[in-house]
Amino acid sequence: MNITLKLYAALGDFLPPEAHENTIDVDVPDGATIGEVLTGHQVPLESCHLILINGHYHHRDSAASTQLSSGDTLAVWPPIAGG
Amino acid sequence: MSWTRKILRVNLTEGTCKDEPLNMEWADKYLGQRGLATKYLVEEIDPKCDPLGPDNKIIYATGPLTGTTASTGGRYSVVTKGALTGAIACSNSGGFFGAEMKFAGYDMIIVEGVSKKPVYLTMIDGNCELHDASDLWGKSVWEVDPAIKAKHQDPMMRVAAIGISGEQGVLYACVVNDLHRAAGRSGVGAVMGSKNLKAIGIRGTGGVNVDDPKKFMAVTAEKKAILAENAVTGQALPAYGTQVLMNVINESGALPTRNFRDVQFEGAHAISAEAMAEPSGIDGKPNLLTNAACFGCTIGCGRISKINEEHYTVANKPEYWHASGGLEYEAAWALGAATGVSDMDALTYANFICNEQGIDPISFGATVGAAMELYEDGVITSKDTGGLEMKFGSPEALTTAVELTGKAEGFGKELGMGSARLTAKYGKPELSMTVKGQEFPAYDPRGVQGMGLTYATSNRGACHLRSYTVASEIMGIPEKTDPHVTEGKAGLVKAFQDATGAVDSSGLCVFTTFAWTLDDFAPQIDAACEGNWTTDKLAEVGERIWNMERQFNLSAGFTAADDNLPQRLLKDAAKTGPAEGLTSGLDKMLPEYYEIRGWTKEGVPTNETVSRLAL
Repeated sequence: MNITLKLYAALGDFLPPEAHENTIDVDVPDGATIGEVLTGHQVPLESCHLILINGHYHHRDSAASTQLSSGDTLAVWPPIAGG
Repeated sequence: MSWTRKILRVNLTEGTCKDEPLNMEWADKYLGQRGLATKYLVEEIDPKCDPLGPDNKIIYATGPLTGTTASTGGRYSVVTKGALTGAIACSNSGGFFGAEMKFAGYDMIIVEGVSKKPVYLTMIDGNCELHDASDLWGKSVWEVDPAIKAKHQDPMMRVAAIGISGEQGVLYACVVNDLHRAAGRSGVGAVMGSKNLKAIGIRGTGGVNVDDPKKFMAVTAEKKAILAENAVTGQALPAYGTQVLMNVINESGALPTRNFRDVQFEGAHAISAEAMAEPSGIDGKPNLLTNAACFGCTIGCGRISKINEEHYTVANKPEYWHASGGLEYEAAWALGAATGVSDMDALTYANFICNEQGIDPISFGATVGAAMELYEDGVITSKDTGGLEMKFGSPEALTTAVELTGKAEGFGKELGMGSARLTAKYGKPELSMTVKGQEFPAYDPRGVQGMGLTYATSNRGACHLRSYTVASEIMGIPEKTDPHVTEGKAGLVKAFQDATGAVDSSGLCVFTTFAWTLDDFAPQIDAACEGNWTTDKLAEVGERIWNMERQFNLSAGFTAADDNLPQRLLKDAAKTGPAEGLTSGLDKMLPEYYEIRGWTKEGVPTNETVSRLAL
């Protein structure tokens, strides 16, 4: 299945060169979890603080058990803040 | 100690500068900066006075830790009755001006009356004087700052000034210090201009005495280590600044776009922190040159940027080719998403002009967004705008509008009224995205429910910095809450409001709260200041300040009806993103908030609350 992966701030370094605007469409096995997609891109899970699927928050501890669906957008940030 | 125990009172009508002792009884109850200056203001002015009239006063106030070695100890606040809102105004700024005031031997400056002619004030250690500013009137902040340093032959002076906008009564004019740090909100610069006070230049060579130096050094070092080791304050903010939020808030479906018509902006990435660091498509150089820190700050969230020299805004203006204060998140949102403009260089240019002429980029950008909606709906035409095509997404409209507003010329005069007055003039007040006359910042209350209550109840008009529940609702600091629900938000907002009231009165920066709690502030204040400063006492001080500000607003004529949001946010659901279908649930949160606050159903602090807080 195809999903959209977005890695921001320092995590952007883990995106392949063909990524555009911190975004890349990737093929992943059906039922792939958040953790499988991130580790597949060598993203250290401990660096992932804010994980959104289609804008909805998912705690890092659920990464191994939360399955993605075709067409999902997975967006991830390290610890960040602003104001 | 830590307070200098000295105030400068400047009477512009009489042309006098006099020292006064600081009221230490009040310092013990209101700490400093925001709280203490507000106490002086509410004691000294009629809440119903005209903000731009002679009876209003304007106070520049440091906190006890301003000018010390505590991290971020460079803050000061400008407190007055707001020109934009008619409510209590307290605008907080960093840079180096606040610390210099302490080095000159003063906790605060109270300015009253009106000068017959333009003047500026100098404070050189204990020597304070007013000077003729006729030759500085009509000049920008960027001209006045070096001019005052040259006149006094001291490049180490720190200057806070207004631009042309403040002179001309742009209602969201700022006080800008150190060229690009600003007491930005509520029109404090317009109040300064109404008094014919162009600038304040300070040079201090003294130090700041703390109560227990050994203990203070130990505890501030310990707290600096916490900031350094925290991933947000030690890494993310210095590397990406507040601008890292652009993509976060857009993905979260809470990025107000085109005057809050939409909650996601297709151009968000182009104006984000990530884009600032990428090579430009024009000359291959990034917009961001480096980060920067204010006095004593060990975080360094500031952005220093440069506009592409070939960009249309500056191609023939080499005076704008230098590096200067770059886009922070709020400015990038207001100048960008709120107007639909995604041209990074155009936004940076507009931001430079906001600094140069001293206008609040949040209220300016949001007002441009409202004007664009008026224009696209056919309510105003190019006849009204002096030929300016105010179309959403037009960088030319944005950059021309900022030039006009900065000098209060042409259609810029109307934009300078703010969106509430502008939309009311054209019969469409519902298009103003404001509370108490002040424009919203960069979080849509439909996607971050706590921010709806934050805006509605903010004493200085819509503001994110009075209770930044985004930290909890989006980023999980100190713990994650669901941004789409209203349950629990009344208590969350109150807790943030009270804690922020104390932080804003300390002389330190609110951004430390991404790593610190009041438990970290208390021992630093306690080591620096006489008295027994505990976490509980700070929370009580914060609550007391909030209620004092509320009482001022009630006396000024505000009521519970002003704790409201525009109908767009209450009736029109978010169209896209994770908050699709949601409106703000303010009606569910507000009654609980009043109850938790100890206020009546009419939003008035009960006698019991007033007594408990010793107001």
